[in-house]
Order: sequence, then C-alpha cells, then structure tokens
Amino acid sequence: MDKKVEMLSGGDMLIRALHDEGVDLMFGYPGGTALHIYDAIFRQDKVEHILVRHEQGATHAADGYARATGKPGVVLVTSGPGATNTITGLATAYMDSIPIVVLSGQVTRDSIGSDAFQETDMIGVSRPVVKHSFLVQDAADIPNIVKKAFYIATTGRPGPVVIDFPKDVTDPAEKFPYEYPETVKLRSYIPPQKGHTGQIKKAVEVLLTAKKPIIYAGGGAVQGEASEELIKLAQTLGYPITNTLMGLGAYPATDKQFLGMLGMHGTYEANMAMHESDVILAAGARFDDRVTNSDVSKFCPNATILHIDIDPASISKTVTAHVPIVGPVKAVLKEMNEQIKASSSQVDSDALKRWWENIDHWRERKCLAVEAEGDVIKPQHAIQALYEVTAGDAYVTSDVGQHQMFAAQHYHFDKPRRWINSGGLGTMGFGLPAAMGVQLAFPDATVACVTGEGSIQMCIQELATCNQCDLPIKIVNLNNEALGMVKQWQDMQYSGRHSQSTYADSLPDFVKLAEAYGHVGVRIEKLSELNEKLAEAFAMKDKLVFIDIAVDQNEHIYPMAIKGGGMNEMFLSKTERT
Amino acid sequence: MRRIISMLMENEPGALSRVIGLFSQRNYNINSLTVAPTDDSTLSRLTVTTIGDDRKIEQIVKHLNKLVDVVKLVDLTESSHIERELMLIKVKVSGAQRAEVMRLTEVFRGEIVDVTPTSYVVQLTGTSDKLDAFILALDDTSILEVARTGVSGISRADKVLNL
Repeated sequence: MDKKVEMLSGGDMLIRALHDEGVDLMFGYPGGTALHIYDAIFRQDKVEHILVRHEQGATHAADGYARATGKPGVVLVTSGPGATNTITGLATAYMDSIPIVVLSGQVTRDSIGSDAFQETDMIGVSRPVVKHSFLVQDAADIPNIVKKAFYIATTGRPGPVVIDFPKDVTDPAEKFPYEYPETVKLRSYIPPQKGHTGQIKKAVEVLLTAKKPIIYAGGGAVQGEASEELIKLAQTLGYPITNTLMGLGAYPATDKQFLGMLGMHGTYEANMAMHESDVILAAGARFDDRVTNSDVSKFCPNATILHIDIDPASISKTVTAHVPIVGPVKAVLKEMNEQIKASSSQVDSDALKRWWENIDHWRERKCLAVEAEGDVIKPQHAIQALYEVTAGDAYVTSDVGQHQMFAAQHYHFDKPRRWINSGGLGTMGFGLPAAMGVQLAFPDATVACVTGEGSIQMCIQELATCNQCDLPIKIVNLNNEALGMVKQWQDMQYSGRHSQSTYADSLPDFVKLAEAYGHVGVRIEKLSELNEKLAEAFAMKDKLVFIDIAVDQNEHIYPMAIKGGGMNEMFLSKTERT
Repeated sequence: MRRIISMLMENEPGALSRVIGLFSQRNYNINSLTVAPTDDSTLSRLTVTTIGDDRKIEQIVKHLNKLVDVVKLVDLTESSHIERELMLIKVKVSGAQRAEVMRLTEVFRGEIVDVTPTSYVVQLTGTSDKLDAFILALDDTSILEVARTGVSGISRADKVLNL
C-alpha cells in the first residue's frame, strides 16, 4: 500500500526536514523574507530556535555548538543585512572546517536582481567562504537540498553550507508532497573513507626507523574524532607529541609525552623538537603559517614528513610531504596502529631514549614559567587559576588576542572539543556567542569564555541572549585596558608606538554593564584575591558571571617565533632569544 | 608553464562562478576560458588555460576537484592532446592590401567570411600560437577588431574525459 504523502508548504518542509535531519536547535534572527519560515517555526515544537541579538552571534553560536558536539550547527537569518551579517561567522567556520548550515531568506524569485528592499546576492557574497551553497529555485526541491547541504557540511573536510530561500518558495499557500530522502549521493562529491594502504605502509616503515620522531596533530584530529587512535599510536610508540592551536585536547595535555602547543606561541620544547626531528607525522594539521613561521625553507630541515589529511589540497600546499596520505585521520591512524602491531620492526629504543633526553633538556627552560610581581595579576595567573577552579574540566571558549594564547598555553586540555576558539580566521567577538552554543548543547557543563576587554565588546549584545535563555556562562575577561596583541607587536616591531591600540579612558564599567544585562559582575584586581573570588564566581552555578580581571598591562606573550626564522628561533622573554 | 585544464561540471546555476571565483580568490591566472554544454545535458565542459609552476598547478587541480560542482577534470597538457582556438578578425583592407590579406589567409588556411569594400572578416582556427602568428603577420594599423574563443582541447587516442 502506498504511504500517504504529506502535503507541506516550503516553509513547513524546511523545518520538518531539519527535524528529520536530527536538528533540535537553531540560532537566528527574523526579518521580512524569512517570515514564512518563522511562522513555520512558531507552529511546531520539534526544533528550538534561539533568538540572538546579531546574526554574527548566531553563526558563532552555531559554530560553538558544532565544535563542542560534533553535530552541525544551524542558523536562520533574513535576506540583505541579515545574510551579510553571517559572513564573518561563515568565514570563521570555513577556516576551521566546522560544519554549519546557514539558511538565509531571499527576495522573491521574480524580484531577484531588481535591487529590491533587503536584497543581496547571498550566494555570490558568501561564495569564497562556504564549502558549497544552494539557491532554492523550486520549493519541491527543499527536502533534497536540505539533505545535500547537511551531507556536504558534515562529511569529508567539514565546512559551512548556505541555502538561500527566496520568500515565495516558502509561501504557506503553496503545498508540495514532502518526503525526506534517506540517503544522498552526489556524483561530483565523494569524500574519502580510508587512506591508501600502500602509503600507510610506507609511512609506518619510516615512522619505525625514526631516531628523532615527533607527532604533530591538528584540528583534523579533533573534528575527525581521532583522539583515541592518536593516543594509542603515540603511546604504543612512546613518541613525543605536540598539538596545534586547533588540535589542543586531541592528546591529553597532562600526559608526559605531550610537549605543549607548537608554533608562533608554542612551547620551546615543542618547537625545538619539531626543528630537530628526523620524522614528523602530521595528523590533520595543515602546516599553517602560524606553525611553520614565515620562511618555509627553514622549516624542520632534517625531517621526513608524513602527512595525513582528508583534504588533498592541504597536502604539499606549503610544505612538501614525503609520504602523503589522503584520508580521514581516524581511519588512517587506526590502520597505522594495526600495521604497527603486525610489523616485525621495532622502535629504536636507544635512539628514542637519547631523543627524550634532548627534549627533557629543552623542557628544563620552563618557557611558560611566570614570576609574580607583588599583588599584580599576570594574565598567566588568571588562566592558571581558572584551570584550578574548574579542575581542568571546563569547556573553554576564547576570543582572539593575547588572552587566547595565554589560555592555549596555560589551560591544559585533556579532552577533545573542550577548547573552542577561532584559530584560522582569528575572529574577535567569537568567544561569547560560541560559549552560548556550547552551554545550550551541555546545559550542566561549566563553560568559561576567556576574553579580553577588546574582543568581548565585539559581540557584547549577546549578553541579552544569555539572559533570555538563562545561560550560566562564566566570562573571564583579562582586562589589560588595551588591544594586547596589537600592542605587543607595536612594542616589538614599531618601537612602542601604540597606534590606535589603547582606550583606557573610555572602557565601560564591566560590572555595571553585566548588571544592566541582568547578570552578575565581579571585578578582581589583586593576585591575593584571585583564586578565592574566581572560585566564588564559578560557584554561582545558575548565573552568568562577568569576571573582569585587571591584569598586568605590560605583559607580552612568550615564546614568540622570530619572523622569517626557523621553528628553533624564538623570543623567550623581552630580553632573551634562542 | 602553460597548462590546459578541462573539466566536466554540473550544468547548474552558479557552477561557473565557483570555478572563476576560485581562480581570483587564490590569485591564480586565467589566460582563456571556454564553456559550453556537452552531449549530456546535465554536464558542461569548461576548459581553462593557466600559467604556473608544478606546485601551483597541483594546487589548482586539487582545489578545482574539491568544488562540489566539478565532476571530473583532466590536465590535457600532461599528455598528448589537440588544442584549438577559433578567431574572427576584422581587417581594414584597400588596394593592394586586399590581395595580400587574402594570400595570408590562404597560407594560414583561414577563410574570409565577410567582405565589404573596406574590410574583411577572417576566420581562423588552430593553436593559440598560430592565431598569434597571424596577428603578427598583419599590419598593426589594419586590425579593426579581434574576437577569439579561447582554447578548447581534447586528449589524443583512447584517453577520454567522460563519466
């Protein structure tokens, strides 16, 4: 007997399709061309909609949700400014390979191209920052397009997808048969499911003959859920491992084999080990310029590079891979582990012992050590206190700047998907809305947004969303009364000329500001009261607490790579370099 | 090095803009571009000529392959291939020039497809080099207008770009 086919309008089909896709939460902001869809939302209770205060906030919230859960984040906005306001969020997700789907309203099909009110060519404007996009030309296609969009966003190298809905395709008066496809197949898009066994074999052979090996794992290990396989590989071999900014948490930071983050503000030991290594296993990392430093010809001169990436275009883009392996990091590492187990070769334990001695020698420099100066709070102290107060088990979102690097260095992430920051695009304003997405995904978890007084003001309006949705986020504001990272570069490269990087006389009173939005504000100014006040703030489980911490205004972040040098060339403090 | 990259892409709105956008976004060169439907109405064939070292070409090929609308792709210059470009060129001709341009057209195996008392339109097919040579052989001042299609190409022998 034929199944009775339901007749639905375009707007209803969209919301039903989201539900059938497993979406239970979306972020958005209504407006003219999206109103049919908003009415469809009103008439159902399966998909919850969170009203943000700016569309950029919606995209970052969906992005934070996706990073913390591994599920795609969903955004709904209107046409024109609603759509263009998502561009920064799309670019952020695109750079870090985060699956989000942005649904944008569009003017009616017959008025596209007429410069209608709130018309923007969203497909055109978003094109360079999306994995793919769709303009719905026929309402009957909506279920298929939604299915394809989620499939493309979440498979292969994940990324953002846009679906643009002309208002008339969501018209409640016109109904179409609704059936959600169970599977999708695209002849032009076939993401790899596994790596090439011969290449993996070659890589394992090189790996087992290494004298000075290092594993360098990035965001692909987190997004690709490869943590378990990565830990197994590293611990079977006993090799040192470093994570990129995006990879933090993929390998437990408190484990003795972990050398810390590498790159521009990486640890001395991680960068030295990379530079001196003879074999590098890159797993889901893309040799970003913040890792390699600017001159790739000086990058790790003695290393044979084994590179696993799901995206062939990431391989040999900046640094040539000697053994390229295209495939999902998880599947490739799993096969590597099996081959290592079956292999007759053994790790060269004498060489490895000497290599660890080298590394331990580098570790003795204690490059992240910080000395207290009276009762002044150093930003490092604030992150260390945060780590203690949250027992290292919080979800930490961050904005962009010095505070981000201090958090990456001093909060030791033992689990993947706990460190949520805009690594590739470096988007200030990301932290608070991202924290909303995380808190909504995990209502009982401790969610801290590490930010600065610069970044937090870029999406401060979301404090109202947090109030409306009762989100007990803890905002840890490292307030140095300046754009710290800009100021540091100006100190180091522009003889201390602080062009447009200070604004101390015009900062808001963050305690009052938090209160004005219906939250709690706390100000901490002395090192002696840091731990206690921070603990009190985090004890307010059901409240958003804005913790404004006055930190040392002159602190720089070190180590810092020396421009144009190799990975072994770093400033270690204001007066010391390698 | 000059390369000719040919691809089959979904005959969908926006597909062409994604290909072209990729080139401008990543600072790659487009020397010429041709695009038209194939025998399969769901597919278009696009051929682009570009210049770059091996590393750059490898990246271009990889990024084009990543585009969801691109179904299949080949770098024709990697193996033996045939390339052709069509040119229509309008030339100002009078007096003795008329016979000279006609002879030149014959030498290049072109055709004169439009004649007026003061001008010819010459149609010429061949490799881009051949078309360049024809232009060079003409007196600069006599050229009124040049319309070239850009390069189209196909592999020799058994190698095919098909689904």
